[in-house]
Amino acid sequence: MNWEHVLPWLAGQEYPNTGVPGVPTLLYEHLLYVVVPLVLALAIAIPVGLWVGHIGKGGTLAINIANGGRAIPSLGIIIIAFIAFSAGFIPVYITLTAMAIPPILTNTYVGVREVDPEIRDAAAGMGLSGWEILRGVEIPMAMPVIMAGVRTSAVQVVATATLAAYIGLGGLGRPIFTGLAIGPQFNPDAKTLLVVACILVAILAVLTEQLLGLAERAIVPTGLMRKHEQERRGSPPPGAAAADTAQRSSEQSAVSA
Amino acid sequence: MITFDAVRKQYPDGTVAVDDLDLQVEEGDVVVLVGPSGCGKTTTMRMVNRMIEPTGGTITVDGTDIMSTDPVKLRRDIGYVIQQIGLFPHRTTAENIATVPELVGWDRSRIRERVAELIDTVGLPDGVADRYPHQLSGGQRQRVGVARALATDPPVMLMDEPFGAVDPIVRGRLQDEFLRLQAEVHKTIVFVTHDIDEAIKMGDRIAILSEGGVLQQYETPASILAHPANAFVEDFLGEERGLKRLSLIPVKEVTADRGPVVTVGTNATDAREVARSQGADWVVIVGDDDTLRGWSWTDELADPVDGDAAKPFVTQVEAQDSLRTALDALVSSWTGVAVRVSGGDRYEGLLTRELLTAELHDDARARL
Amino acid sequence: MSTLLAQSGRPFPDWAWFDERNVDRLRDLFVEHVQLTGLALLFGLLIAIPLAVAAVRWRRLYSPLLNLTGVLFTIPSAALIIAVFAFLPVQTFGLKPRTSVLALTIYTLLILFRNTVAGLDSVPRDVTEAATAMGFRPSRRLLRVEFPLALPVIIAGIRIAAVTTLGLVTVTAFIGQGGFGQLFITGFQRQYTMEVAVGVVASVLLAVLVDLLLVWAERALTPWSQSRGGAT
Repeated sequence: MNWEHVLPWLAGQEYPNTGVPGVPTLLYEHLLYVVVPLVLALAIAIPVGLWVGHIGKGGTLAINIANGGRAIPSLGIIIIAFIAFSAGFIPVYITLTAMAIPPILTNTYVGVREVDPEIRDAAAGMGLSGWEILRGVEIPMAMPVIMAGVRTSAVQVVATATLAAYIGLGGLGRPIFTGLAIGPQFNPDAKTLLVVACILVAILAVLTEQLLGLAERAIVPTGLMRKHEQERRGSPPPGAAAADTAQRSSEQSAVSA
Repeated sequence: MITFDAVRKQYPDGTVAVDDLDLQVEEGDVVVLVGPSGCGKTTTMRMVNRMIEPTGGTITVDGTDIMSTDPVKLRRDIGYVIQQIGLFPHRTTAENIATVPELVGWDRSRIRERVAELIDTVGLPDGVADRYPHQLSGGQRQRVGVARALATDPPVMLMDEPFGAVDPIVRGRLQDEFLRLQAEVHKTIVFVTHDIDEAIKMGDRIAILSEGGVLQQYETPASILAHPANAFVEDFLGEERGLKRLSLIPVKEVTADRGPVVTVGTNATDAREVARSQGADWVVIVGDDDTLRGWSWTDELADPVDGDAAKPFVTQVEAQDSLRTALDALVSSWTGVAVRVSGGDRYEGLLTRELLTAELHDDARARL
Repeated sequence: MSTLLAQSGRPFPDWAWFDERNVDRLRDLFVEHVQLTGLALLFGLLIAIPLAVAAVRWRRLYSPLLNLTGVLFTIPSAALIIAVFAFLPVQTFGLKPRTSVLALTIYTLLILFRNTVAGLDSVPRDVTEAATAMGFRPSRRLLRVEFPLALPVIIAGIRIAAVTTLGLVTVTAFIGQGGFGQLFITGFQRQYTMEVAVGVVASVLLAVLVDLLLVWAERALTPWSQSRGGAT
């Protein structure tokens, strides 16, 4: 390890003899790769999830597609997209959007489906229309589960965005692939780049998680907060959502078969 | 026999659930612990098999201090039925019932026999043996729970609101079946409920507890109803205490009046004389061998008395019915009496309001 | 689309890719893919289950362990990160399969631990209560009552772990393993879309197959499950 260049690098200077730009630049690029796909994924997955959950049909399909999404190797996709569209942001956006959709879609669907039928029934009984039930009852009540999905997606996208550097773009993946190319076994600078970049990605992931947690507090209705807090305490967010969804989907597929 | 001697349960936060409890459960008795929520009835019961450890006093089961027994061994010798039943979802009815026999190492053929016997004993239909709990009805699940608790024929049973989760009709039937079963197996049973009517129906003795686990009264249901120890008990027993007492006394305990009875074929004048001598304006009409035909107003009597023209009694009571049933028959009849029969139509006599009242006020009755 | 994908003068799809040499290679990569994932799952289970039991048994460990795995889960969502982390002590591990297996094991461990805990927690209280009251000793209760009942959730965890790992294992191609992931790297170097696509399809197919296998295993292992037909 070679620590002498770390501080200047973090402060914005290029890491000497490697061509790796300063961390602020990398961070900016990285965030750029993250935000666009996330917004796209939200715009696609939430309406679809809400609609499928609200009408209560096609859920098995939605969940199975989403679960299948887990198995898709993002590295392969980004390479194919790169070959198809050549350099530029498009391959990254396609890959990361595709990655971000499944958890949001599944959780939105599950969240809406999870709403106690009696509450839905009571709302209908009070004369709320389908749209009003969705807006006034289902969405607020599904919010904690939806947000858990958003957090899972965000964290995955933050981590996977490092792959952008493999197809010649920047971001925090840049020092990682540069380090790998130089060879961390032999070169202390390469090792330093790798270690620091990994830690930075990890910190960024955790920060994103926490930040979305705060956003969630603002979005989720106070009345649902306590229950939700309990869930959080019992089993913190991303993994919990994953376990939850998978369990449900296994029930789903069992039912459908 | 189970003995509680100065038993106390205090939780680390200072809450006292049971305080200085002395109680003796005789062998073969059903003792019902009853009281409002927070009275420590469930805690008291659960201390017997050390699901909760007492913090003071001693509990002995058949003379042995429970604290000197390995809890696991203790529990295997005590049947346990709870409201949620706690059947194992992954085991069939037969496997559920076989649980404790397997734990204590019975051989397979003995287990198989015992399971078949118990399925029959608790009144489960054939064919449920290989079903999983979720394939059973609520009442059936409850029966499996009881069968499972009875599997190794433990002398002592603990039951916590065992019939609380089923609907009132099924509950009534399960209670009756339980009483029938208990008459055969004579277990020593501690039974917890919050329902005073269930307590009166099921208990040989009732222990009424108040908040904080203080024993207010411990006696037979009849004594408690006749002589509530204090205002708390009186309040807890609720209204219609008289009716509740009547429900405890079977018709056979009371000697029925012969009443104004005439036989078919008697001439009308003699029949009217029978009615007048008893201060009635109606007569009971019986055929040969006291076969009940019905009743008639004296001024509507045919001459001679005709059995076919007699009006039927709407309700009749038999020996094992309760006086409460008799009272119901009494108030709903024109004649103001309940008619007691045996074997369906053999006239045994009449129960009047005076007889029922006298029964309730008869303080000298030793049996209470 | 196919014209987009047909770069460097090669058509897409290019069935000529499946020559004898590549088919042999595919078979070797399949073995490596399965081995890496299988070992990671096996080790993950071996560690996760005792850990989960400990967390459920000793409640004081519960929150710290769950919080820790929560944070860890956030960090390595792309196994890339762990792969590189694990790659660091090169002196000890070197560019060998065990490096990849170590990285992937950490990943499966997190999923499996959380699901096993969730599974054990999902066992109804009245059932464990009844077991205790009938005189089960804790170890026997765990084995005969809690584990069987937690099985559906544990298997759900294994499904997630297996499917995710089958996808992630390709990333270890950066350090010389990666199963079908090697096709990504070589395909990229040769700008050969078909090679990359074969890798993607192969690893997805394998994941689907393994998932179906696990669903089947779950049914075989939990005949009492309510979600199946036959309930009256």
